[in-house]
Amino acid sequence: MSLRLERVSIWAGARPLVRDLSLAVAPGAVVTVMGPSGVGKSSLLAFACGTLPVGLRGEGRVWFGAEDLGGLAPHRRRLGILFQDDLLFPHMSVAGNLLFGLDPAVRGRAARQAAVAAALAEAELPGLGPRDPASLSGGQRARVALMRVLVSRPRALLLDEPFGRLDAALRARFRGFVFAAARARGLPVLLVTHDVSDAEAAGGTVVELAGQSGEGRQGNQGSAGKGPRAL
Amino acid sequence: MLRAAPFLLMAILLLPVAAGGLATLLPAFGYLPALGGTALSLDPWRALLAWPGLGRAVVLTAGTGAAATGISLGLAVALAIAARRAGVLAVIEAALAPLLATPHAALAIGFGFLAAPSGWIARLAAWAVTGWQVPPDIATVQDPAGIALVLALCLKETPYLLLMILAALAQVQAPARQLMAQGLGYGPRRAWLFGVFPLVWPQMRLPVMAVLAFSLSVVDVAIILGPSNPPTLAVQVLRWFGDPDLALWFVASAGAMLLAGIVLAALTLLRGAEAAVAWAGRQVARTGRRGGSGFDGVTLGGGAVVAIVALAALAVLGVWSLAQSWRFPDLLPRGWTLASWQAQAPGLAGTAGVTLGIGVAATAIALLLAVACLENERRIGHRPHASLALLYLPLLVPQVAFLFGMQALLVRLRLDGTLAALVWAHLIFVLPYVFLALADPWRAFDTRLLRTASCLGAPPWRVLLHVSLPLLARPLLAAAAAGFAVSAGLYLPTLFAGAGRVATLTTEAVTLSSGGDRRVVAVMAAAQALLPLLAYALAVGLPAWRARRRAGLAVAA
Repeated sequence: MSLRLERVSIWAGARPLVRDLSLAVAPGAVVTVMGPSGVGKSSLLAFACGTLPVGLRGEGRVWFGAEDLGGLAPHRRRLGILFQDDLLFPHMSVAGNLLFGLDPAVRGRAARQAAVAAALAEAELPGLGPRDPASLSGGQRARVALMRVLVSRPRALLLDEPFGRLDAALRARFRGFVFAAARARGLPVLLVTHDVSDAEAAGGTVVELAGQSGEGRQGNQGSAGKGPRAL
Repeated sequence: MLRAAPFLLMAILLLPVAAGGLATLLPAFGYLPALGGTALSLDPWRALLAWPGLGRAVVLTAGTGAAATGISLGLAVALAIAARRAGVLAVIEAALAPLLATPHAALAIGFGFLAAPSGWIARLAAWAVTGWQVPPDIATVQDPAGIALVLALCLKETPYLLLMILAALAQVQAPARQLMAQGLGYGPRRAWLFGVFPLVWPQMRLPVMAVLAFSLSVVDVAIILGPSNPPTLAVQVLRWFGDPDLALWFVASAGAMLLAGIVLAALTLLRGAEAAVAWAGRQVARTGRRGGSGFDGVTLGGGAVVAIVALAALAVLGVWSLAQSWRFPDLLPRGWTLASWQAQAPGLAGTAGVTLGIGVAATAIALLLAVACLENERRIGHRPHASLALLYLPLLVPQVAFLFGMQALLVRLRLDGTLAALVWAHLIFVLPYVFLALADPWRAFDTRLLRTASCLGAPPWRVLLHVSLPLLARPLLAAAAAGFAVSAGLYLPTLFAGAGRVATLTTEAVTLSSGGDRRVVAVMAAAQALLPLLAYALAVGLPAWRARRRAGLAVAA
């Protein structure tokens, strides 16, 4: 089933950050939202998750298939999100982080341990479960963070510039890994980034978000136009 | 339920202060039906004015309070400037913890053992210089000018203010600002005073006000080290309230209100002084004079003296509690023994148990309320208004101005002397410190970790239990230790909510301090100092132990 945003607007007080944005992401596909920083890309994902910070007001709807997610609490929406920082919980081991994320429908100690082991194997990190997250390399931590989201069995994947902190070589590899894992699971992926190479690698629809102020919006309208636009 | 937390917190704090204040204010104007005062009158004030000691008591109160606050603040600022060197800072921080944990009464008793004519300092002088064979005939404690009282207060308040400055420094990018100003050619002191201090002061204002209010109205330290005829106003008010002649209750209430007025006037003057200093500072800054390179030796020497005296005051408690016989002018006891501890052990265990029980209960409730308030604040998404400043009210209103009224109310509710009353009375003072210690780290917490947990499907309670609380364990424990230390040191609230029937280590130590056997007093005071010290040790040790296999935690809050 696909993830759809319908006529989403986000306001910071009287100032519009996002205006009347609609988009749809098919299962296994990637839609990239691009724009300079401060334009409200992250707020868009926060709106979808139901975790819009105080001070921002959102309108519009978030659909998963025929289900309106709007009224659901964040933890019931099951939209997995990845940030630029891996945000692994520093007080838990690698396995502890994965167990925290793992779908509670997987019951029984043995089954849960097996699921964690399988996830680590998929991330090419076998046997690292007992390790302290702080002892892992940046690339390893990023993969653990991804697996933590995937084992929670999300309905869709939201990526908030998750490749920004990695160096060029690592970046390409991890990006490919993320997209492949999402495709294999048939997850709709909504990516926000300001990096063109991310959008190119994603290969799907690209939506440009215009600047927020009057001046900025006009400037962006000339180059990219308003609203969704396919490259 | 979470939404009710701020209101519950405010009710717990403000109800006793407001009701107790009113129940002290009315008798001050002659209204107290239980004692036959049915009409408003100015008689209590006339009686107060007729007391021959009033003038001196007021001057003594104002003088000692202002001196203690001024010296502590000056020393704390000077030390903070000197502490910009990293090596110095580590030493200072190591010395701060035990001093912060020590209750006022224990430190005052220890200071008395140092400074008394037969104290360690005189023994040292006799051994090194004067050759005294009997203690010199000088009133070095309970002196009429209250010098010993001022010095003991400084020992306790300087570390507190210094800690507040260091905490504020961390939030204003102090090193960068200092470097920037020094880069313009300013000497280190001017660079700090002009470039850093103005940013630190707004966060210092309330702690300084609390120290001023406390120093003006302190009771236990003034009983132990202050002059007795006349004593400070707070002590005299306590004597009147405790007098068998119940008619003195009216004078006592008037005296308590006078003290409240003095505190209010002093706080107002502080605001005035603040404006004057700021104006003068701006004038100096405009001249563009760079100031010299400065010399930290004097400051660091002063800081070292404070630290050494304070630590020696703690040490001498231990020495006296283990002394067999210790005659003047011997530097150390002739023999060592556990006899004092053993003799005290049966009573001590019970008293320590009561102290521990009240402290743990008050701290636990305070933590629960503070966490509930902060979690609610995060969920509704805004800070609950300026009313939060009312948290400080119990720290700014003199204890004598509302605790007596509160006791009268507790008697009416038949709660006086119960555990509930004691815990509530302690909570009034524990809650502000716990909340203030927890608020900044809680608000600074990276909310993306919480969003991540939510998006992984964790319901709010699970996020709180498995992410917020474990990651905030360090500040939570630090807040708990601070709260427990406050509770373990409370004298007047224990005395009054306990209706004089409940003994804690603090009330026992203060009671024994007047004239008892020094070894017995030392045992009680040492035990009083040990409990909060253990709490602090646990607060530091537990997170470190937990973080031993989690490198990411070592740097976390």
